[in-house]
Amino acid sequence: MTSFILNNETIDTNLPAGMTMLDYVRYHQHLVGTKIGCREGDCGACTVMVGRLKDDQVHYATMTSCLMPLINAQGKHIVTIEGINPADGSLTPVQHAMVNENGTQCGFCTPGFVVSLTNHCLGQSPSESNIIASIDGNICRCTGYKSIERAAKKIDLLMQSLDGSTQPEFAIGQSIVPPYFKSILSRLKEMSPVHPEKMNSNRPMMNGGTDVYVQRPEDFTHSDILTFFDMPTLNEITLNDNYIEIGGSVTVTDLMESELLQSHFPKLHQQLKLVSSTPIRNMATVGGNIVNASPIADLVIWLLAMDATVVLQDHESREIPLRDFFTGYKTLAKSEEEFIEKIYFTRPAEDVLFNFEKASKRKHLDIATVNTALFLRMDGNMIAEAHVSAGGVSAIPLYMKNLSSCLAHKTIPFDDHTWRELQFILQSEIDPISDIRGSEEYKRLLLQQLFHAHFIELFGTP
Amino acid sequence: MINQDAYQHVRGESVYLDDIPVVRNTLYAGAFGSPLAHGVIESLDVTEALRVPGVVKIIVSKDIPGKNQIGGIIADEPLLAEDHVHFCGMPIALVLAESEDIARHAVKKIRVVIKPLEVITDPRIAFAKNELIIPPKHFKLGDTSDAFQKCKHIFEGRADINGQEHLYIETQGAYTIPLEAGSIKVHSSTQGPTAVQRTIAKVTGLGMHQIEVDVTRLGGGFGGKEDQANTWAALCALGTQLTGKPVKYSLHRDEDMRMTGKRHPYSADYKIGLDDDHKIVAYNVVFYQNAGAAADLSPAVLERTLFHCTNSYYIPNVTATAYSCRTHLPPNTAFRGFGGPQGMFVIESAITHAAEKLHVSPAYIQEKNLIRKGDEFPYGQLAEREAVDSWSSADEQFDFAKLRREVAQFNHDHAFKKQGLAVMPICFGISFTKSLMNQARSLVHVYTDGTVGVSTGAVEMGQGVNAKIRQVVEQIFSIPHDAVKIHSTNTFRIANTSPSAASATADLNGKATAMACEVILERLKRVAIQELQVQNDTQSITLKEHHIYHKNVPTTLSWKKLVHLAYEQRISLSEHAHYATPGVHFDWSKGKGHPFAYHVYGSAITRVTLDCVRGMYEVDYVKGVHDFGKSMNTLIDMGQIEGGIVQGVGWMTMEEIVYDEKGVLKSNALSTYKIPDIYGIPKEITIIPLPVEDDNLAIFSSKAVGEPPLMYGIGTYFAIRDAVRAFRHGASPSFDAPFTPEKVLLCLHDPVKQAEHVHRQS
Repeated sequence: MTSFILNNETIDTNLPAGMTMLDYVRYHQHLVGTKIGCREGDCGACTVMVGRLKDDQVHYATMTSCLMPLINAQGKHIVTIEGINPADGSLTPVQHAMVNENGTQCGFCTPGFVVSLTNHCLGQSPSESNIIASIDGNICRCTGYKSIERAAKKIDLLMQSLDGSTQPEFAIGQSIVPPYFKSILSRLKEMSPVHPEKMNSNRPMMNGGTDVYVQRPEDFTHSDILTFFDMPTLNEITLNDNYIEIGGSVTVTDLMESELLQSHFPKLHQQLKLVSSTPIRNMATVGGNIVNASPIADLVIWLLAMDATVVLQDHESREIPLRDFFTGYKTLAKSEEEFIEKIYFTRPAEDVLFNFEKASKRKHLDIATVNTALFLRMDGNMIAEAHVSAGGVSAIPLYMKNLSSCLAHKTIPFDDHTWRELQFILQSEIDPISDIRGSEEYKRLLLQQLFHAHFIELFGTP
Repeated sequence: MINQDAYQHVRGESVYLDDIPVVRNTLYAGAFGSPLAHGVIESLDVTEALRVPGVVKIIVSKDIPGKNQIGGIIADEPLLAEDHVHFCGMPIALVLAESEDIARHAVKKIRVVIKPLEVITDPRIAFAKNELIIPPKHFKLGDTSDAFQKCKHIFEGRADINGQEHLYIETQGAYTIPLEAGSIKVHSSTQGPTAVQRTIAKVTGLGMHQIEVDVTRLGGGFGGKEDQANTWAALCALGTQLTGKPVKYSLHRDEDMRMTGKRHPYSADYKIGLDDDHKIVAYNVVFYQNAGAAADLSPAVLERTLFHCTNSYYIPNVTATAYSCRTHLPPNTAFRGFGGPQGMFVIESAITHAAEKLHVSPAYIQEKNLIRKGDEFPYGQLAEREAVDSWSSADEQFDFAKLRREVAQFNHDHAFKKQGLAVMPICFGISFTKSLMNQARSLVHVYTDGTVGVSTGAVEMGQGVNAKIRQVVEQIFSIPHDAVKIHSTNTFRIANTSPSAASATADLNGKATAMACEVILERLKRVAIQELQVQNDTQSITLKEHHIYHKNVPTTLSWKKLVHLAYEQRISLSEHAHYATPGVHFDWSKGKGHPFAYHVYGSAITRVTLDCVRGMYEVDYVKGVHDFGKSMNTLIDMGQIEGGIVQGVGWMTMEEIVYDEKGVLKSNALSTYKIPDIYGIPKEITIIPLPVEDDNLAIFSSKAVGEPPLMYGIGTYFAIRDAVRAFRHGASPSFDAPFTPEKVLLCLHDPVKQAEHVHRQS
């Protein structure tokens, strides 16, 4: 049985744990304000708010309900547009702003935008860029977004008037959410936060679900799946000796918000913002991104350049360098039963420089055509140690071994001869194919350019 | 003025097709589409699919009681494939099952053996093989062969424009419910309720009077649901006819993208001739339209390409030829602009080509050749205003020379970033080019409590047509907006509607509504004269804030009282009015006429900033002056402007439709077909209304605004080109839209030399 609060109602359901929240709210609860646009997390029309208990508070985050299995709602508060609407038929300040600025035309994507903007008001610190970021996963085909931007700015103005009270108190006070939100904290405390059943390897195991629900939803929607998502043991980012350890169920959002990581990667936020969208980052996990084995997985490319190690667990645990984990296109050095407990890498010292580059057809909310990361440990002007990774240029996310070793002991800036040597090695180490994301010719040129971009970003000149 | 629909949209309470409460016994449909783009069906096996528990029936072509034909303009498209398949995804069979999941599961169990035939995806190849949908169409003005001989400069080239996926967020769908005596009620997400009704009548063999099509609203259309909603409605109606049960089909995104047509890709050859003074003297253009596997609306789209092949320019000698080429892609269809944007892209390419070779700015040639009042378009209509008005007004407002200086300075200061500028003037004709379609009807009921219900042929899809029609009623009757309700579009209430398309919906249906209201008002005024016992002059009676005034003095009569009086006197409070746009005509045998009620003009300047290391770019601004006439709702009209521009920018930049050589769609999901997100739009859009004095045929003189702004987006293509050339002087990329980051990067840098990529294994 899965238990959660849906809007103001406590739900205990025996429906398949793998059913999507979208189908549940629309076809079982007849809450049709949540719309179906793509069923792959790419449009945001089905966005819901998910409130989870943490540090004696309810933290709300948006998720696309099309990729969310019921089981991942266990012990949480799920809010659809119906759970935001004032009972008297009036409008919330968010809804008013959308109406007054003409932020809605055909109206089909609108509930998703309202949900995302409302979620922002409950937790994110007020600023124009933050409120725009809250709707980076919502696609609108009618308005061209300008009117929605204007509405968002109006809401931001309201949120700027926050005075001492906590954001949820303020949001309730301003009728951004209905009064019943006050009761959620105590009600969630009475619920079991994680799914009560034990892990059992005979049943499909789910993490955030953002890849498998796109690729083969029919394998899960009728099944009683189990979940790693939200397992406290898999959810932490910690410093252990000189190693940074990231649990397998840590989400991309967790990474972005981690003070530990931010202190070592100053551009972390900017770089991870290129990964998908806010609602997907709230669901997508590090373990899932690795196990999906996509040759262009952003996090994998990032971690490969940190020369990370994967810790796998079944009945016992074992370790394997991430660069050896991918054995071929979508194949892994992992048994069916094993799952990723955590991944770790050496904490970068002061002398380390790091950059991540990604090019795609659309800058945000797109899958990379080519992505690459560069790790340099410097000794003055000399490179003491280098790790380069690249995605989209091989059947696997590639650790560029030859290029990495060639970089070692080179001095910055490179002369023309060195550049030619590096380019030659780079090109001989990759094997891109032409596909929907670009031609082989383009990917070769693009990686070469992004490799240059690393040095422009880190040193100002190529 | 706020669109009243917005209040329910933001609460998620507006009802779309998939939100209609499901009726008992409803079956769910799933279409089995051809896995191959062209071939002969050798065998079709549905036995395994039929065995799936919950499958009720599988319909194939021979089950169709009426005609297996859905072609609108030309009868060349079967609903379900018979012997041949002509495009990948072409429906072959329809599964009806007790749930959506079962239907989708059963579809996968259908087996078909198809003997493959040659697949054509390129319109030029189709042309070479004489695969034409219709005979070629021509426009001719002056004499180009003579004129070219006198030209100082002549440039020839080729332009290619890719298609565009509509990507309405609500997918296609229909829900059919049996009524008594064999009639069928049809909920359809369609821009053309009559087209749906007519198609179902043909396929089922029922009369149109037995088919009630009802449309509350669409979650976006953009042309994609003008004709292509017919398929899904007809399939559901067949299901209902054959099972006696309600049938629902709300397509999954992948089905929608695979099985429906898109904006037409075009390839074109141009030849442009200029005199010493950079005046364009002659223009030859040949268009190869990629129509897809059947006519659909392609012939009409082709015509509009010709109508707009000279955009906002006056060219005295023009020869334009257009071929509608049959390929093995899903039949391409209407999309905002309807062929016009493709015609404009080619003339802009030709002008840019000439400018680059002559070392002048394209804007210099553009401005010199803008059409003037009284100049003749290639199709015979005379321009009624100056295209130069919006251009010079935009130049005054935004100072093009200053913007150019800013760009030059930026480019001087930055090695890895370059900016580019382009001006895009537009001139778009308003009216259906098929003159007979320029008609509409409106049914207005005033109820005894003073409230008003209106039915028209207009379909609300976000463009705000219902809000505008409501404004018409409010204004004529002087009653508050909550006293007016625009009802669903329904073929039992309003017959023989034209689709909501061609930007003309508010004009046609708004005018019909105005006529109906005026007739009722006239009757009410007579009742008032009698009641007030004043002189028999209806002019002296006016309405203001739901009160009746005589010679501007308030009377004892309120709107409600007057309405009730009329009812007591057995005066009709209802009216059904008919409007037909006056003066529009066109003779295709001559290629001349007066097809448009009026033109919409405008000019906008676009700047992009290009990251020359990565080949990615951002649009900094689109600023311009646009001819709204006298906007009756600036909030709605500005929404159309902004939305249209962004859709146009998307078409020119990131939106790339990819079919492989077998005719299989590769850009078949939102993960592989990208439309602008909130970070992918111009940072600034500023569009200022052009001050106008003259009247026009639009509703309340408020010009149509749906399609024209899309074409400002074309400027983005040329601005990127300008930036590419700032980085790489003298570069001459082919005119090939969209300008994706891939194409940009390959223009900016030499490809990797072979020696640099010795194969890894070797």
